[in-house]
Amino acid sequence: MSKATEVMHPDEAAHGHDDHHEHHIPKGITRWLFTTNHKDIGTLYLWFAFIMFLVGGAMAMVIRAELFQPGLQIVEPNFFNQMTTVHGLIMVFGAVMPAFTGLANWLVPMMIGAPDMALPRMNNWSFWILPFAFLILLSSLFVEGGGPAFGWTFYAPLSTTYSGNSTALFVFSVHIMGISSIMGAINVIVTIFNMRAPGMTWMKMPLFVWTWLITAFLLIAVMPVLAGAVTMVLTDKFFGTSFFDAAGGGDPVMFQHIFWFFGHPEVYIMILPAFGIISHIIPTFSRKRLFGYASMVYATASIALLSFIVWAHHMFTTGMPLFAEMFFMFATMLISVPTGVKVFNWVATMWRGSLSFEIPMLFAIAFIVLFTIGGLSGLMLAITPVDFQYHDTYFVVAHFHYVLVTGAVFSIMAAVYYWLPKWTGKMFDITLAKWHFWCSLISVNVLFFPMHFVGLAGMPRRIPDYSLQFADFNQWISIGGFAFGLSQLIFLALLIKACKKQGEPVSDQVWEGAEGLEWEIPSPAPYHTFETPPVVK
Amino acid sequence: MKRLTNTLSIVVGTLTTWFFSATAFADAVAATENSSLNLRRGATDISGQVYDLHMLMFAICVVIAVVVFGVMFTSMHLHRKSRGAKPANFHESVKVEIAWTVVPFLILIFMAVPAANTLIAMEDTTEPDMTVLVTGSQWKWHYKYMDSEVEYYSLMATPREQIENKFAKGENYLLEVDRPLVIPTGQKVRFLITSDDVIHSWWVPDFAVKKDANPGFINEAWTKVNEPGVYRGQCAELCGKDHGYMPVVVIAKEPAEYEAWMSEQEEMQRKAREEEQRLLAMNMSMDELMKEGERVYNATCAACHMPNGEGLKGVFPALKGSQMVMEDQVAHIDIVLNGKAGTAMQAFGKMLSLKEVAAVVTYERNAWGNNTGDIVQPKDVNAVATGQ
Repeated sequence: MSKATEVMHPDEAAHGHDDHHEHHIPKGITRWLFTTNHKDIGTLYLWFAFIMFLVGGAMAMVIRAELFQPGLQIVEPNFFNQMTTVHGLIMVFGAVMPAFTGLANWLVPMMIGAPDMALPRMNNWSFWILPFAFLILLSSLFVEGGGPAFGWTFYAPLSTTYSGNSTALFVFSVHIMGISSIMGAINVIVTIFNMRAPGMTWMKMPLFVWTWLITAFLLIAVMPVLAGAVTMVLTDKFFGTSFFDAAGGGDPVMFQHIFWFFGHPEVYIMILPAFGIISHIIPTFSRKRLFGYASMVYATASIALLSFIVWAHHMFTTGMPLFAEMFFMFATMLISVPTGVKVFNWVATMWRGSLSFEIPMLFAIAFIVLFTIGGLSGLMLAITPVDFQYHDTYFVVAHFHYVLVTGAVFSIMAAVYYWLPKWTGKMFDITLAKWHFWCSLISVNVLFFPMHFVGLAGMPRRIPDYSLQFADFNQWISIGGFAFGLSQLIFLALLIKACKKQGEPVSDQVWEGAEGLEWEIPSPAPYHTFETPPVVK
Repeated sequence: MKRLTNTLSIVVGTLTTWFFSATAFADAVAATENSSLNLRRGATDISGQVYDLHMLMFAICVVIAVVVFGVMFTSMHLHRKSRGAKPANFHESVKVEIAWTVVPFLILIFMAVPAANTLIAMEDTTEPDMTVLVTGSQWKWHYKYMDSEVEYYSLMATPREQIENKFAKGENYLLEVDRPLVIPTGQKVRFLITSDDVIHSWWVPDFAVKKDANPGFINEAWTKVNEPGVYRGQCAELCGKDHGYMPVVVIAKEPAEYEAWMSEQEEMQRKAREEEQRLLAMNMSMDELMKEGERVYNATCAACHMPNGEGLKGVFPALKGSQMVMEDQVAHIDIVLNGKAGTAMQAFGKMLSLKEVAAVVTYERNAWGNNTGDIVQPKDVNAVATGQ
């Protein structure tokens, strides 16, 4: 961990300078439209992500309402498929990724002692094109024939020859999301490479910064691949090419190779920053330095590298040669080694610490347990012969919701609770936060745990109706789903209160064991920070 | 540092203890192998191996989880600030870190060996006793026995009224078909799997066979069923609107019974061809055609064009009031027989008999207020089919 605690301010006037700027914060809507301030843009990203989380969540409620009982009750199958598709797209590209980008905007400059992101105008753009991407995607639901109904993985030829004309809107919106992500990633990389405070060497960088740096490289590597995939879908559908059509010399399975070459690193794009967040929170509330800082960095890098050679484990049933099945099975199993190192390091950090269980710590501990469950089911899925049974069942749905909801989303919530007092200067409503945590924790398990069982018993995913032996569990799953959805309204209430600056003022350090440059600056964090860089010893 | 190494040895000790208790747990779960909680052991040697592998992986995962969470919860109990715990100072240990990199690696090798062996056996499709070509299309399966003339479509048999909650749901709701695939027990049956349109996936859990049906490519899989019985599965790859309504049912019969069934099918198929020829020479009445047409329409066409003939706006065109249906009879017969390239409209020529095509075209031209009065006879269909 960095020695960031021992920070000197060579120019003590820096603070006064900051205060001076406080008076010039622009007001009104133009502040948000034209802002180049990393904190404003971070706030925009986070609110956008939360709104998308609620929109995508509302779609999940439609799915769970339909699946509450066997038979068709509420929606017809075509609309059901649109809901599963757009739910997935919104949660991945609209909720989880922008939330992490928002956190990066707020935290990376404050953690490395930089005054702002390196490319502030591009930063403004990379946020403001995002709402338009999702307006286009959501509006596609209202065109004749409805929105995309081919799953968020848009396998050809279901997404080409057999899709509706709204596919063009889908392709265009994914392009915009991709451009936004790439610009965000470039910004993070340039900032971290060029704007670290004097003395902040690579191996003193806080882990959130490290994990985001590696994530940004993953983004730059794979978002163009996604852009290529959607473009080929577009030309196959509208311009007569045959990339994925055997009748014209193409191959539908090639689509899957291209998609998952993007898709698997994408999984780590959504979890590496979470690893960074947990590596900040666990030491703080254990009052003990992170165990194995260096191995955490190496483990993150190994996971990122391995993520490029495991993509076809999503495709074991497509009919690959035996050699390829073996290769992808073994490579996938290997990923559990560095991932295990991370979990062991967190546990070792807690071991013989001085633990207390404030809200961020509760979410972090829940993350470790539930993410590990998702990781272990991932290990089971890596075993090719049994994957033939698990593939495309609710077992897979359970697995990726454990890593994405109780993994990525819980880490984002942990991060918000951890740094929110620094951002607003006030402690959030702890009672509401406790309600939010316990309701979420219980309901999320009622929601996702039984999915393991129905999956093993043979329920395929992406079906609007199911045979009778799955009925009882599906009812439980739906009840858990509704409860988890409602629990997030508690979070909404808490966030609105926090943004209105209600609550007890907090100290600069906020949490007793917190270490790092962001805890050296005043609470709330001034509009401009580190105009004169601190020196890290 | 010493304490950390001690901790590690405690962890290893607990690991061994837990391994045995978890094996016991796994056995308890194994007792429920036919419940709705777990994978099924299935009906073949391979599916049994897969089940055992699954239980082994599960047991290992449970052990790992119990050990890791055990250490964590112990720490949460013992090392609380509220109990006056003072933080220790250690923050790295090369020995421990190497240990928990190497040990998981060894566990992985222990998992990989049986997994690889089972996989090699599963992918060995050589020397089959018989071969069935399985073709998926939206939203039904087609089976063709490569060693005989017999081939047929297999459609879901659950009535719409059950899906729409108008009738009580039957025992095999959504898992029943009109004509199941029939295979002999004790023989190695090879499946060649492909698709006519989008990607489907042919899955029978009891055989541990799940293989994608890719349009334009042929995949292979095989099974050798030990016990006669009825085995049910579903399409496992999202294939459009009615993906959830595309069940697979396989009946395994003793070889002698299977042979008898096969000759019966061959006889039926021969009679059906004779009937076709006879029909060409005669005319059917409007009533007969409309009645048969409605049946064929609801079984075959209604999934896309909807029972009321209005289609789904922007996805599937309406037949009610459609120009082709109202006017151009030859084009109408042609599109039913040969489909329309680049769209979801399939060629039904190989699925429906001449009589069925005649009936359904007549039905479409006279139902829902189309009232053209046109009567299409099997010989008219034959004329279009043979290009006369």
